[in-house]
Parts: sequence; C-alpha cells; structure tokens
Amino acid sequence: MSSFVSRYRDGARAALAVAATVWFFGASFGLVARGAEMGVVAPLVMSATTFAGSAQFAVTSILGASGGAAAAIAAAVLLNARYAPISISVGPLFHGRLLRRLLESQLIVDESWALASRGAGRFDRRILLAAGLLLYLSWISGTAVGVLAGDALGDPEDLGLDGAFPALFLALLTPQLRGPRAGLAAAVGALIALALIPVTPPGTPIVAASAACLLGLRRKP
Amino acid sequence: MSTVWLVVLVVGASTVAFKATGPVLLGGRTLPQAIGGIVVLLAPVLLAALVVTQTVGGDNELALDARLAGVGAGTVAIAARAPLPMVVVIAAAATALARLFT
Repeated sequence: MSSFVSRYRDGARAALAVAATVWFFGASFGLVARGAEMGVVAPLVMSATTFAGSAQFAVTSILGASGGAAAAIAAAVLLNARYAPISISVGPLFHGRLLRRLLESQLIVDESWALASRGAGRFDRRILLAAGLLLYLSWISGTAVGVLAGDALGDPEDLGLDGAFPALFLALLTPQLRGPRAGLAAAVGALIALALIPVTPPGTPIVAASAACLLGLRRKP
Repeated sequence: MSTVWLVVLVVGASTVAFKATGPVLLGGRTLPQAIGGIVVLLAPVLLAALVVTQTVGGDNELALDARLAGVGAGTVAIAARAPLPMVVVIAAAATALARLFT
C-alpha cells in the first residue's frame, strides 16, 4: 500500500514539474505563433487538436519563414507519426466505447507516456490519463496567455526562447539515443538536415532527414 | 481557406488519428517487425534534425548566432543531469546573455 501511495505521489510531483514547463512552452508557442501571423484562434485550435509541442513549433518556424503549407504539413505529420507506435504501445490500456477510447487517446503525449512507463513495455493507465489531462490543460492555457498577452510577456528572442527550443529538443532526444542504431540514425538525420539548410526551403531539411529512419531496415548490428 | 487554417486543420486531424491508432484500431496487435524498425527511429531522427535546424537554421543559410550559446549551455546542463525545466531556463538565459553581448 505504501509503495502504491508513493508511486502516485512521485508521479504527481514529476507531472507538476513537467506541467509548469509545458505551460511555459505553451505560452511561448502562442507568442511565436502570433509572430508567424497565425492569428489568435488558429493557435488555440492547434493546441487543442494537435497537442504536440515539437510539431507545433516546427509549423510556426516554417510558416514564419514563408515555407508554405505543404512543407509545414509534411514536417508536422512526420514529427507526429511517432504517435502511431507510441499509442500502439499503450493500446491495451484503453477500454470501452469507440468514442471514449478516441477521446482518451488524445491525452497521449510524449511526457504523459514517459511518466506512465513502468519499464519492460508496461504502462500505468491512471498516470497516463491524469498526467495527460494536466499537461493538456497546461498547454492550452499557456497558449491562450501567449497569444492574448504576448506583448506583456515581451519578445521571445529577448528572453532567449529561440535558443531554449533546440535545447529542449536535445533534452527530449538524449534519452531516446539508447542503442547504437538510434544514435547512428539521429547523427545521419542531423547531418542531412545540416547539409540541406542552405540549399532547400525551410521544412525540407527536417522532412529529408527522415530518410535516416531507413537504417531501421538493416538487421541488428 | 488560408494557409494557416489549412495547416492547422490537416495537422490536427492527422495527429488525432496518430494518437488514436493504438487505442481505437489496433488494440493489442503490434506492427510488422520491418516497419516497426523504421518507425521507432522517427522520433530520434526528427528530434535531431529539429535540434540542427532550430540551432543554425536561417533564411536559406546557416546562421551562427546566440542560439549556439544557448544550446551549448543546455548541453552542459543535460550532461549534468539537470531536470528539464532547468535545462530550458539555462539555455534561454545563455541565449539572452549572448545576444546582449553580440
């Protein structure tokens, strides 16, 4: 019983810390989306339906650089394709009617999934849904504040937020580098992106880098 | 329809579908091994590409600016096992400071 209680207390603490960061980044997304001339309502709708930071920031950076709808959609869809295998890994935790499973599945996000992981492919349903709901509300309320009170919060570049994004992505990438194949594929993807930045439209380097995933076809080294 | 709304609606609908895949369609079944091997590499590869493009990406050029200082400081914080919020604050502070002095 005590381990049962402490497991949820620890989960709640971690979720609150992550939720604070997510709120901050939701506000940053709202700010950056306004800078990318996405208006007020579209960023809120995007946070409510997409609810995935890296894809939303990729969209703002591509639209902000006049990269075009196709490049923005392709980059975001490729970025969020990981949610297919992620949602499959927790599929057995979802029961009941189709609509209920559909709605609950939208609480799956990198952080709620990671917090719910119990190792060896096992996941805790309550932590997944509770953390997911907390992060969802943080993300949307942060977006609203960023979009509506953007001027009060100041210029994201003065706050150094444009340098915080790649550091956040690096921090999310690091634990995913377990195993030589993931490390090699990430390095190849980074090199492809680096090589294409000067010669292709914004967004294309990220899409082209996904070719490095074909390394997954090789037999285990 | 404007470019912004086209992107928001298509990306939103596709993400809802991705997240619903396991709970709604597949249940306990798993992907064929060959496809699974590719898909598990999507997150590390795309995150690595995002790190590169958000650090040195410019308008059709490599732009070496204050963001490099932020990512450098963030890397030190990650190596020191700083919690995620700390990594973010350190990287933002280093970027803002570097921008102040350049």
